[in-house]
Amino acid sequence: MTAATQPAGLVADHLRCERGGRLLFADLCFAVAPGGALLLTGPNGAGKTSLMRVLSGLLPARAGRILWQGRDTVEEPGPWRRALAWLGHDNAIKPQLSVAENLAFWSRLGASGHSVPEALEETGIGHLADLPAAMLSAGQRRRLALARLALTRGGCWLMDEPTVTLDSASLARLGTMIARHRADGGIAVIASHDALDLPGAQALDLGALDTARA
Amino acid sequence: MNAFLAIIGRDLRLATRRGGEAALTLGFFVVAITLFPFGVGPEPELLGRIAAGIIWVTALLAATVSFDRLFRADMEDGTLELLALAPLPLELAVLAKAIAHWLLTGLAVTLLAPVMGLMLNLPEAAYGPLVAGLLLGTPALSLLGGIGAALVLGARRGGALVGLLVLPLFLPVLIFGISAVEATLIGLPLAPHLLILGALLAVALPVGVFGSAAALRLALE
Repeated sequence: MTAATQPAGLVADHLRCERGGRLLFADLCFAVAPGGALLLTGPNGAGKTSLMRVLSGLLPARAGRILWQGRDTVEEPGPWRRALAWLGHDNAIKPQLSVAENLAFWSRLGASGHSVPEALEETGIGHLADLPAAMLSAGQRRRLALARLALTRGGCWLMDEPTVTLDSASLARLGTMIARHRADGGIAVIASHDALDLPGAQALDLGALDTARA
Repeated sequence: MNAFLAIIGRDLRLATRRGGEAALTLGFFVVAITLFPFGVGPEPELLGRIAAGIIWVTALLAATVSFDRLFRADMEDGTLELLALAPLPLELAVLAKAIAHWLLTGLAVTLLAPVMGLMLNLPEAAYGPLVAGLLLGTPALSLLGGIGAALVLGARRGGALVGLLVLPLFLPVLIFGISAVEATLIGLPLAPHLLILGALLAVALPVGVFGSAAALRLALE
């Protein structure tokens, strides 16, 4: 299947990534259609975060292409940047700003589709809106980071370990949030150790690629 | 444009919330200048002759002190990753941060300079060219300093390293900033010196913006 026949969604085409002289993966191909989800699994060091960073564009791939809606994300980064919502290990929260101010900044920076109160409500931290972010617990900070993704409608969510420090109620809420996003035609690529309820999601086990490495 | 202004606004707001940060640069500027009368002696003649030089050099050092923080907090909390992935080109995000940095340091130093001149017995005719020179020169410092700040992100303690990297870049700005004052004092026209400072700013704009953005992308890999 070539990119020409698969224009919609996110397509990885023979990706190769090396970190520190070590080959993490090569000839990695997958396609996620709108409304779809991809769950990345694998042991620590298997390359989940590296793959996420390659997909986002933070880390250049050694070989291969990434296509968003049929367009190369390196040659034409514009559409990909507008569609992309990134959740990394760090929450990108400024402790000096209030919860709502933190979100409002990202909303002005291009994450649009849902309003700040809607995003806060969806992640269940609406009652904390006026609190300085420095007062939040680790789990609440993670939910604030998730609220940044909830600002967007459609597009592609790249979530690296989204469940870290979340309690069980928040986990359920995260599941609902991802389901809503996919129902809107969005795509979610998720690297996680936790069992997330993702109906119809594709799975990619980076640990299972081990044999190809020798 | 909205995103561009959002970054400037956020940086200014963060600086005022953190309080000390902008004040630290200005405090350094004032205290360091205050040391000179003690160091070289309180003769008004001597101080007046070197006043412009003291103010310019201290302004460069004060700016250098502030660069280490320019990108570091954003790097550590993950904000920089998001800025690099935002629809707004990273170059414009860097420019917005440089503008915020200048408003908090360069502009403040420029406004304080006449007061410092008073303390150092700066000749009356020198006030205009000094302030005009700083007004044109300090934005170039904020732009060029960004390159150093971005390059040392990988280093754990980059503070002194930033100084080593960027102070040589500041040399042309210093030379023409001082020559603007000197020329006025001996009755030569001021305009050519200011034009050169303007030209230096025009060079610093693309060099600083593209250089910093490239260094940031490397730091994020």
